[in-house]
Amino acid sequence: MGSSIMDSLFQRSLEDLIKGIRLNLLTEPTFISKSTDDIRREIKSTDLHTKSVALQKLTYLSALYGLDMSWAAFHVVELMSSSAFAHKKIAYLAAAHSFHAATDVSLLTTHQFRKDLNSANPFEVSLALHCLSIIATPQLARELTPEIFTLLSSSKPSIGKKAVAVILRVFSEYPDAARVCFKRLVENLESSDPHTLSAAMGVFCELAVKDPKSYLPLAPEFYRILVDSRNNWVLIKVVKIFGKLAPLEPRLAMRVVEPICEHMRKTGAKSLMFECVRTVVTSLAEYEPAVKLAVVKIRELLVDDDPNLKYLWLQALTVVAPKHLWAVLENKEVVIKSLSDADPNIKLESLRILMVTVSESNVAEISRVLVNYAIKSDPEFCNEILGSILSACSRNVYEIIEDFDWYVSLLGEMSRIPHCQKGEEIEHQLIDIGMRVKDARLQLVRVGRDLLIDPALLGNPFLHRILSAAAWVSGEYVEFSKNPFELMEALLQPRISLLPPSVRAVYVQSAFKVLIFCLHSYLFYRETIACSPSSPDNFVTESKCPGSDSAIVAADCQQDEVFNPRASNQFFEDASAEDVEDITVTHAQIPNSASLGKDGFTHESIGNLLNLIEMALGPVSGSREVEIQERARNVLGFIELIKQELPGLVKKEGNFEREDLKFPKIIELMHDAFSKELGPVSANAQERVPIPDGLILRENLGDLEMICGNDQLPTSSSFSFGIPHYREKVGLPQSKGESSEASTESTSLLAEHRKLHGLYYLPSEKNDISTDYPPANDPKLQDNLNDHAKDLVKLTEQSLLQKKKPNHAKPRPVVVKLDEGDEAPIAAKKLELKEDLLSGAVRDVLLGNEDVSTSQSNLTDKSSSKRRGKEKLNADQPSGPKEVLGDVGNPNIGNSSSRRSKHHGHGKERRHRSPRKKDKEREENGQKDKQKSSHRHNRHKSRQRADGPNNVVTQTPVIPDFLL
Amino acid sequence: MIRAVIVMNTQGKPRLTKFYDYMPPEKQQELIRRVFGVLCSRAENVSNFVEADSVFGPDTRLVYKHYATLYFVFIFDSSENELAMLDLIQVLVETLDKCFKNVCELDIVFNYSKLHTILDEIIFGGQVLETSSAEVMKAVEEISRLETASNTITLVPKSISGWRS
Repeated sequence: MGSSIMDSLFQRSLEDLIKGIRLNLLTEPTFISKSTDDIRREIKSTDLHTKSVALQKLTYLSALYGLDMSWAAFHVVELMSSSAFAHKKIAYLAAAHSFHAATDVSLLTTHQFRKDLNSANPFEVSLALHCLSIIATPQLARELTPEIFTLLSSSKPSIGKKAVAVILRVFSEYPDAARVCFKRLVENLESSDPHTLSAAMGVFCELAVKDPKSYLPLAPEFYRILVDSRNNWVLIKVVKIFGKLAPLEPRLAMRVVEPICEHMRKTGAKSLMFECVRTVVTSLAEYEPAVKLAVVKIRELLVDDDPNLKYLWLQALTVVAPKHLWAVLENKEVVIKSLSDADPNIKLESLRILMVTVSESNVAEISRVLVNYAIKSDPEFCNEILGSILSACSRNVYEIIEDFDWYVSLLGEMSRIPHCQKGEEIEHQLIDIGMRVKDARLQLVRVGRDLLIDPALLGNPFLHRILSAAAWVSGEYVEFSKNPFELMEALLQPRISLLPPSVRAVYVQSAFKVLIFCLHSYLFYRETIACSPSSPDNFVTESKCPGSDSAIVAADCQQDEVFNPRASNQFFEDASAEDVEDITVTHAQIPNSASLGKDGFTHESIGNLLNLIEMALGPVSGSREVEIQERARNVLGFIELIKQELPGLVKKEGNFEREDLKFPKIIELMHDAFSKELGPVSANAQERVPIPDGLILRENLGDLEMICGNDQLPTSSSFSFGIPHYREKVGLPQSKGESSEASTESTSLLAEHRKLHGLYYLPSEKNDISTDYPPANDPKLQDNLNDHAKDLVKLTEQSLLQKKKPNHAKPRPVVVKLDEGDEAPIAAKKLELKEDLLSGAVRDVLLGNEDVSTSQSNLTDKSSSKRRGKEKLNADQPSGPKEVLGDVGNPNIGNSSSRRSKHHGHGKERRHRSPRKKDKEREENGQKDKQKSSHRHNRHKSRQRADGPNNVVTQTPVIPDFLL
Repeated sequence: MIRAVIVMNTQGKPRLTKFYDYMPPEKQQELIRRVFGVLCSRAENVSNFVEADSVFGPDTRLVYKHYATLYFVFIFDSSENELAMLDLIQVLVETLDKCFKNVCELDIVFNYSKLHTILDEIIFGGQVLETSSAEVMKAVEEISRLETASNTITLVPKSISGWRS
């Protein structure tokens, strides 16, 4: 008890607290927690002064030391009601700092706010407005709208401007306030007080940035300010607003371009000039003279030593660049020089400009310059450069790349830059190009080889991803390799133990692919020598192969194989006799090995190869990493199998020929499995899968989990199609529960399963191939396109094979492109759906505004002169035209009696305004109704709200009238 | 609009923070730390703008000025002009200088609430309302007078006013 008296007598002030913190630097946390305890006690004091000091200290600690003060919210409210200005000020500051939407006691502040907003002391009003501008909630905004409405026309400029500024928060919290306050706000655009005007412009700028379309009707007011105002702050805002409005209305753009240029020429303020330049290059880029002037200004200032100006002008140049390349070319030297500026901002900005200018013709040159810069730069900027090259070149499926051999080599070169940390992206692109661009594979394999055989690269962890891609590419496209044996040695070199397991697994798998390729080539070669040219019917197409260049033939084969998209599935699933035949027919066409075999594949080299693999993978087969272990064991097991099938391989050469005339089926099958083309898969491929009849995807799968549990399946596994099928295959009784999947209840589940897979992949692939690049050497794709999806499911490989066409040489390689256009519209739709409540309400009022003008111009042809008269009238009685609106645009007042009565309440509070107010209320109500029932009726609304473009069109007649 | 104003010293200790959108105190502290991380890595004589998207969300920029031991930092969005913001920092600092006669960090440390008064006269709810330091000074002086007056007046009736509500 005694201590509390002592405390209140000797309470630490904020200054004491600050001094204490400074004295107790080392034990700061303890000191602060002790002070907090003091505050907790002091703040409960009935003495308001003690309370206020405690609250002040608490706010200080919260703002600068992150202390929680939500617990003190009620004390804040208490102190707000103090009559002493000093207490009030502390309380309002604390509220602004700590109140938020979830602070329930903020409801209790409504009354206090109202009282202070009506206070005779302008500083009290100002405090309340300040606090509101930060913490207003929808309820507060709704309740206090009448007070703010009154303050909007306050005679004291210091209050008026704050009332204008607080509108922004009020509108965003309670959009309907726009129906009451908006006209007053517009009136403030004509205010004689520069501060109020400035505040109003600030508010309109914020509003217009969010939803420019709604403010088009105010263009004449803005135009007047643009021409008349001499205040840079105001001009900056108005130029910004026109930057938003101009793109919506070409005639408006035409009108404002000259005044904006005028400001650009005359102003001495660089901020205003920059704003004009930015607006011209972003929104008025069609006006050649204006852009020219802007670029001249940019150029004048680009040479400035001030890094801020240089940075901003470069930024403006980035905006100009896409439409006016000449602007960059004129300033090319400065831009290139800026790449080595000391300022990271400037470096980055000049890099951006360069990347904007990249095109088919100069991509090689620019990339060369940039890569040279990257080598010299600090790691961060180096990766920034590499990242932008990678993203510019891969943009829109490598749109600007003509020469993929060059690009693939560049990727290889970039990988070797010491600071390169873009492994992931390069990895992705190497594989992606491999899958999409057939003609680049030869070069890919070359680049991959160079990376793989360099043992120094293995030590750099940033390169591991790239090496993984190189290994994958080398294995997948091994038929392009000049020397598979060398490749195998690289893949199995001892230092690969430095790689992470996931990459090593890729290495092992690639080694497997190389091995299969070598064996197949070798045996095929032997066979072609041993057999007479008239081979068995399996090898019908063989005759066409010898003599062709190996690379072309290989490419040819690759294409042909695309005919059998299902072949790999079949291989794994269940190869029926028919399928096997298909496979052999296809595989007879892998003849390039013959040409290779002539130089490389000898009995001895194959033997060495097998030994090498066994030596290298033997120890790995006990690896702890399952991926590596499993793959290594696969390879070793396969070698065992081969040795049994072809004992001649490991024996002396002499007895080989007699023994091994037959081509071991296992090698054919494995080779077949690996030589199937892997293609890119569209991100939304799954969406295109037609949902089978009777399958209800949205059904609650709660019971499924139970079933899975019974099956001992891991519940975490995703619900793929596989689970139900698996169950039904096993024939568990529970499968009855899934009546939804009626179609799969048939007995031939296996056939269903395959059919499903067919459905799953074929139609999507068909759609995925874009028609932008006419698939000249992929004629079968077009054939596919012409087929019905239904037929495709059952389409046999033979029928496809018959459609094979000869290969054509082409300038730019075909890039397999997925139809990604589908994704953009989805995103756009979402954006539209997510419409701002605020802009919706504001637009309602402004569309009402515009209703008048249209109706007026409909009434008489001399509308413009009449309008001017009206406008003059506005100055005296600003809501004049709106009263007209109240009558004209308000056909269903009667529907909203409840709301109207509520607003009458507000009307009474300001008796002197009641006649006008009533009209406004009617109008408001009408508009509220309109908003509510916009989808039901009301012609005005439905016409204007129907959609954006129409809206603009309907508004167009209005603006020139205003402007002229 | 202006999203936040931060004054901190070159050791990263905040001296004044004002967020014009509510943010929990811990979050504020985290942002201040991240801002400091960005600022202290920048050399002298480089541009004063930093793209702040990664710290404050999309469409935000940061402008700062370095005076003696203090950083003055404004965070704003595309509705504001970059150079105007730079000027505004200048206005703020000039006003402080007039207010405290050769302002130094200690003035700012010990005049926390006065600082808020000054800032609130210049920026209101994220909007720039006053750019003349003379006008700001006038208002601030009047507010200070009012504060001291109310404090002396309330010495007597404060207990009564405490019961009132």
